Amino acid sequence: MPTIKEIQDTIIDEFSLFDDSEDKYQYIIDLGNKLSPFDTKYKIPENEIKGCQSKVWLNSSLKDNKVFFEADSDGKIAKGVISILVRILSGQEPEEIVSNELYFIDKAGLNTLLSMNRANGLASMVKQMKLHALAYKTKLESKK
Amino acid sequence: MGLSKEELLEKSGKLYDIEHIRKDFPILKQTVHGKPLVYLDNAASTQKPQTVINALTDYYSSYNANIHRGIHTLAEKATSAFELTRETLKLFINAPSVEQIIFTKGTTEGINLVASSYGRQNIKKGDEIIVSGLEHHSNMVPWQMLAVEKGAFVKIIPVNNAGDLIMEEYEKLLSDRTKIVAVNHVSNTLGTVNPVKEIISLAHKKEAKVLIDGAQAASHLDIDVQDLDADFYVLSGHKLYGPTGIGILYGKKEILEAMPPYQGGGEMIREVSYEKCSFNELPYKFEAGTPNIADTVALKYAIEYLDKLGKASIRAHENNLLQYTTEQLKHIDGLKIVGTAKQKVSIISFSIEGIHHQDIGILLDQHGIAIRTGHHCTQPLMGRFNITGTSRASFALYNTIEEADKLIAGINKAIKMLR
Repeated sequence: MPTIKEIQDTIIDEFSLFDDSEDKYQYIIDLGNKLSPFDTKYKIPENEIKGCQSKVWLNSSLKDNKVFFEADSDGKIAKGVISILVRILSGQEPEEIVSNELYFIDKAGLNTLLSMNRANGLASMVKQMKLHALAYKTKLESKK
Repeated sequence: MGLSKEELLEKSGKLYDIEHIRKDFPILKQTVHGKPLVYLDNAASTQKPQTVINALTDYYSSYNANIHRGIHTLAEKATSAFELTRETLKLFINAPSVEQIIFTKGTTEGINLVASSYGRQNIKKGDEIIVSGLEHHSNMVPWQMLAVEKGAFVKIIPVNNAGDLIMEEYEKLLSDRTKIVAVNHVSNTLGTVNPVKEIISLAHKKEAKVLIDGAQAASHLDIDVQDLDADFYVLSGHKLYGPTGIGILYGKKEILEAMPPYQGGGEMIREVSYEKCSFNELPYKFEAGTPNIADTVALKYAIEYLDKLGKASIRAHENNLLQYTTEQLKHIDGLKIVGTAKQKVSIISFSIEGIHHQDIGILLDQHGIAIRTGHHCTQPLMGRFNITGTSRASFALYNTIEEADKLIAGINKAIKMLR
């Protein structure tokens, strides 16, 4: 399993292939289309990430001390964005998810595409995923 | 069936010189993401002509001073410019007198003022307030708050599938318990022009007072508060080519005079002692504190700009854009126009099957096209149509047929990317 840093660097490389912002959007949309199917039983209000115009659902589980995320959205761009975050953070250890900085957003030029404003909810997505990881981290530490 | 593009261009060209008009709005010259800006979010806020921008600069560069109580030259000049706007607004809505024009921050504050002052004084337990299903949250929430406080009820005039108010249902809602009716002149989400004159007349038969939210009407329609017989009429400057943070509340004189002040402070008093105070007369009773002088002064220039072009020409131009764009949108597969009322202003809400409105908005922005997406502060109305939001393009006096074409091309491109 590559590290959070390694996956981010790969994503930065992939986005560097596109000069045009529209092509970057197309890539984000395509990534969203490839996201693993999300079990509809998890499409409940408790799993909704607030702060996005599109609905975004996030569910997580802990397996072998690693956090696994699954997500979905009714918006294609939001789905693409959350799929990138799932790709980076799913399968990582809680501590890693909490402590790693997500520098790919700036480095891949996504900051201009997906400004951290309330409409697209990128900030809310990152925060929510880190909160899930923090909860697992606390749970694991209390067992020690 | 709409006119052809050529016919429309010819018709529009006869109305006024659109290229010349666009030069009056400096903001329109820019590019966004390398594309010329196509600004179609006018129902949210309109752009400002150079004369309005100059008025703001001029005020701060040459006669900024606090108004009304100063005896020096600058204060007098500022006071006179400030009061001149009141005169201009009086004419703009055909109010009987200037003291019936109360300056506010905007439509929302005007409604809150009425709900808080008139509402608290007159609404009692069991009374009813009627609003329509087309209302912006600003003309819904203040009444709900009032109703909760007083143990009163808010009743809703239902909306039909086209986005028109169902007048028969409105008549059924009216009763001796009805104390206030609050409806918009034009729906911000669907563009529906409501039959406000009839709404007012029916309410008056039950001795209810009527507030008309004119935020979306003022830049398109001729407003005559006396002809309408409106008890209150509120509007915002920034939606009619003026600055943000300034609007007006019009009210019938005897009603305004009987109302208690909304806020206490400077300007609204006549005499103050430690024990008591007496209140100033209209309109100052409702204008506590130093007002928004600069924006008020500049608002006059926006009204003058509108008057120069003439609302009839503006309406004809915007209606051409509305008809043309509506016709073009109908050709897009899976696109549904939300709001097909008999009478509309140049606001078009639409949804596209299987595509989220936010995605459309983001991708259009890449083409420099600014539209609004979401619930447009009308969540109950969205619920009525079983949708969470729409994409909304709204046209103003400076928009062109070419821009409508760019919108259509942008939507087609976005659909291709998203499907």
